[in-house]
Amino acid sequence: MPIEFPPNARGRFGDYGGRFAPETLMPALFELEQAFYEAVADPEFTGQLNQLLADYVGRPTPVFRANRLSEQLGIDLWFKREDLAHTGAHKVNNTIGQALLAARMGKPRVIAETGAGQHGVATATACALLGLECVVYMGAKDVERQRLNVYRMQLMGAEVISVEKGAATLKDAVSEAMRDWVGSVENTHYVIGSVVGPHPFPLIVREFQKVIGEELQTQLDGSPGRPRPDVIVACVGGGSNAMGIFHPYRDAGIDLVGVEAAGFGIETGSHGASLVAGSPGVIHGSRTYLLQDEQGQIIEAHSISAGLDYPGVGPEHSLYRDTGIARYVAVTDDDALGALRIMSETEGIIPALESAHGLAWIMAAAPELEGKTVVLNLSGRGDKDVEQIEKFDG
Amino acid sequence: MAERMRSMFAAARDENRAALLPFMTSGLPDPASALDMFTAMAESGADGFEVGIPYSDPLMDGPTIHEAGLRALARGATTYSSLQLVEQVVAATGKPAVVMTYVNPVLAVGPARFAEHVAAAGGSGLIVADLPADESDEIAEACRAAGIGLVLFVAPTTDDARLADVVARDPLFVYGVAELGVTGRRDQASSRAAGLAERIHAATAGPLVLGVGISTPEAAHEAALVSDGVIVGSALVRRVLDASGPDAAAHELATAVADLAVAVRR
Repeated sequence: MPIEFPPNARGRFGDYGGRFAPETLMPALFELEQAFYEAVADPEFTGQLNQLLADYVGRPTPVFRANRLSEQLGIDLWFKREDLAHTGAHKVNNTIGQALLAARMGKPRVIAETGAGQHGVATATACALLGLECVVYMGAKDVERQRLNVYRMQLMGAEVISVEKGAATLKDAVSEAMRDWVGSVENTHYVIGSVVGPHPFPLIVREFQKVIGEELQTQLDGSPGRPRPDVIVACVGGGSNAMGIFHPYRDAGIDLVGVEAAGFGIETGSHGASLVAGSPGVIHGSRTYLLQDEQGQIIEAHSISAGLDYPGVGPEHSLYRDTGIARYVAVTDDDALGALRIMSETEGIIPALESAHGLAWIMAAAPELEGKTVVLNLSGRGDKDVEQIEKFDG
Repeated sequence: MAERMRSMFAAARDENRAALLPFMTSGLPDPASALDMFTAMAESGADGFEVGIPYSDPLMDGPTIHEAGLRALARGATTYSSLQLVEQVVAATGKPAVVMTYVNPVLAVGPARFAEHVAAAGGSGLIVADLPADESDEIAEACRAAGIGLVLFVAPTTDDARLADVVARDPLFVYGVAELGVTGRRDQASSRAAGLAERIHAATAGPLVLGVGISTPEAAHEAALVSDGVIVGSALVRRVLDASGPDAAAHELATAVADLAVAVRR
């Protein structure tokens, strides 16, 4: 697969990205970059990947016209059904690719971080498939709110390590996975779960996720009953599902909208909206927008959704923000919960809390979107969130 | 300022030993007693210091220094209070000190201003744990302009081409990462430090300091045989975190550093 819009030689998208990693990891980052470029140029690798995406993941995922919501909102609303991919979210697109890469590099052990548990489950899945040892770091708070996913990982043979440090959420899980990697880099590959981290991770994850947008291009191609999108909406935590669907459309001149978590509200300071309310700095090896105080200490994020509860964001999104390739907005916990209920009642689809942020923005913006073809990247299904939502109702 | 640290290495070499450079997170055990920790270590044979600015997300640090940073932050430590402590340490002990931090706190202040502050505090240089040579141009230039040095890392995984690039940048010293992994106690002595030291000495006549995973006098002695300086961090920080009070912490540090000071003799 040809690589369009690669980062520069220093691993930067504009001013963002780079390799701010301890020296111990640097040789592995260069090794990974080279292995990745060789793999994607090798028909045997891409053939194996595409076969697994088709037969194992179930790609292409459908695009579905949400008739009842379209009528209610006065727009032409479609869902890209990543919730129907094996394991229930888009995360598996990346983990299959990276696990194949780990096997190709001869690394028998794989580590990963997870927030909502979807990336952890998808990594455990890929490792079981390929016979790799798998260790997943997960914040203790997320272990509690996503217990079902913890057990799913364990069923597939992964070891789940609960991280008690800091806010005990996604940020701390990434940090702990990186610390593991500093000590294990010679026999271990770090399957990072989003378009974050030091170069080449943001590039690799984007390339494995861009299949979402490429499929959409053929599914909504302007033929009768298949209108091209005017607006594409995706939630943004680290930003992998958004980058996966945005990237093939970056020059299409359409409205790309990334929806971050406003948590309790931007004005409360308890949110995960690094692009809307953060400033540039370095987090987890990459220069990007993040939530920080005036001393450069990272501020804990907050979101009802564990997958958006992250104070950083992929560096390429920072470039998209500054250059206007995409625009970024934020939606509160309450509005996301409301949208989850509406999608469940109106379309018979329980979305992940992450993806519900996207629908919440569409519902609020419907008057300005009137008559337009809007595609929501329905990045994951909500089964994992049902227990948590039930508690709110309780 | 950088000169003070170079003299330290020369003096230790004349005495046929490696310099002993304890690491301590600033602001511990509490802001009022932080200076006492350093004077206790100076009186027990420390040759210089690595003063850590507490950071929320230290990727290169294990649980001890992470915990120390979070505790110091909770007790009000900041970048500026840490730099003030550096000034007090250098003035009170007459020993050179380098500042250890991560790249984001440097960028938040701005590299040029940050380096000027370190220089104004009497600091000899800067260690940035997540700044590889590849990304170091701007901060290195800021250090040069301020008259302090930048420390660069070489790890067991570093290949010869990267090693050559690091030494060509004329670091204040090469920080040799004695162990794979983050900072913290190891049960076994490093099997790779000697080989790493040999490669680094072959590439540069500049000073080599070994750190990461050196927690006992035995490990410090092994490191001292092949280096110009030895950094001990987590083992000392742990004593301060676990001490019943500031006096006990200073006493614990004095005892530990005295043993290490003997151990770094060749």
